[in-house]
Amino acid sequence: MWRLLITAEPLNTFTPHQPWALSTKVALRDESFGALAYHYGNRRLVFLKSRDLVDLVRDLEHHDTAAEAIVATVGLERFDAYVQALDSLVESEVIYER
Amino acid sequence: MSVKPMALTDRFKQGLGAPICLTWELTYACNLACVHCLSSSGVRDPRELSTGEAMALIDEMAAMQIFYVNIGGGEPMIRSDFFDIIDHCVASGVGVKFSTNGTRLTLDKAKRLAANPMVDVQISLDGADAATNDAVRGEGSWAASIAAMDNLVEAGFGEFKISVVMTRHNIPQIDQLHSLAEHYGAQLRLTRFRPSGRGADSWEALHPTQAQQRELYAWLLEHPMVLTGDSFFHLSALGNSLEGLNLCGAGRVVCLIDPIGDVYACPFVIHDEFLAGNIRDEGSFKTIWQSSELFTSLREPTSAGACASCGSYDACQGGCMAAKFFTGLPLDGPDPECVFGHGERELASQVVTIRPAARSDHSKRTPLAVRS
Repeated sequence: MWRLLITAEPLNTFTPHQPWALSTKVALRDESFGALAYHYGNRRLVFLKSRDLVDLVRDLEHHDTAAEAIVATVGLERFDAYVQALDSLVESEVIYER
Repeated sequence: MSVKPMALTDRFKQGLGAPICLTWELTYACNLACVHCLSSSGVRDPRELSTGEAMALIDEMAAMQIFYVNIGGGEPMIRSDFFDIIDHCVASGVGVKFSTNGTRLTLDKAKRLAANPMVDVQISLDGADAATNDAVRGEGSWAASIAAMDNLVEAGFGEFKISVVMTRHNIPQIDQLHSLAEHYGAQLRLTRFRPSGRGADSWEALHPTQAQQRELYAWLLEHPMVLTGDSFFHLSALGNSLEGLNLCGAGRVVCLIDPIGDVYACPFVIHDEFLAGNIRDEGSFKTIWQSSELFTSLREPTSAGACASCGSYDACQGGCMAAKFFTGLPLDGPDPECVFGHGERELASQVVTIRPAARSDHSKRTPLAVRS
């Protein structure tokens, strides 16, 4: 039961207006389609299928908020798509709120 | 735009900068003689990589950013430099998953493994009771696996894996195996029995029946948390896709480095036909992975061959290359365990079935009886 309570923490939501970063437990390897990410803790393999997304994920730590990183890296016109993409990286713990 | 993996299968067919699933067999030496051993292990090969060569290979894996390596054998813990090897992997940022028969996994060694979060252990067990297990793995092997698991629990290792090769005799025990894993707080991993190595000789007697395959498929769909190493994709032809990539990863996402540095397309095809090169001859593993003739050709689009007219080809991709090869079926034909029976019919219709002869056999020789 108490395991459930822990995993139910709101850790799994992406908040674009907070500072984020690539998890220190994740190795990111460039591939022709983007990159492969491997999490040494949960042992999950995640596929980042866009070079821009890879750049964005690496750049997160240099910005005060994720939203700022998105605007700087991929631009305002693709903002929503990349919020969604980052959101999908939260559950697998590729990125974390710092 | 999406970051979901499934649409990536076409990319995999073209190959990646480095394998996702690299198996490295440290030695052909083994103190057991399982009847289904994929690598026909038993005695050490005098050409096996030295400690220095093993360390240099790990450095190369790290440079290629290989996330983790699956260490096996033979029995890897038999090598006297086993801990030096895994320590060097971890220090270089290469995670370790290793398979063992458990015979050498004492409490002291379990504690040493438990101290390292980047090391994952798989204990082989092929039945839910000693009789079923020992019939395949040899007398006393059940007790050895159980003792190893007890040691891991006592050492506080956390979640390890119990790895089971599915046969005609243990498929009826699948729920018991699941309970056993739960009892140990372990994750259950079920893999496909293949007619490779000594498995070629035990195939007829041990491979699951069609009814058992359907039973297993239904069970796997109900238990998506059970690991399969993407083994059973030939069963996806029964309807829903199972968890995993559902394709043959040989030379695309998977490969094997054997104890003497030979690089094969996957752990199930230790045969000249699927030998891409040797790391000593080519000077590097990376060269072989990225540009060997064999791997380049395996990454070309494949023809559905005899399966082209079957509506399920997209689901099963024609099945397992190794299973076809070692049962004497054409590589562009059906899997011997095709769920629609196409493989069985093809084998039955052949006037002569020629199975490839094993090239590499490290089985222990049984001593000749001395005549008086």
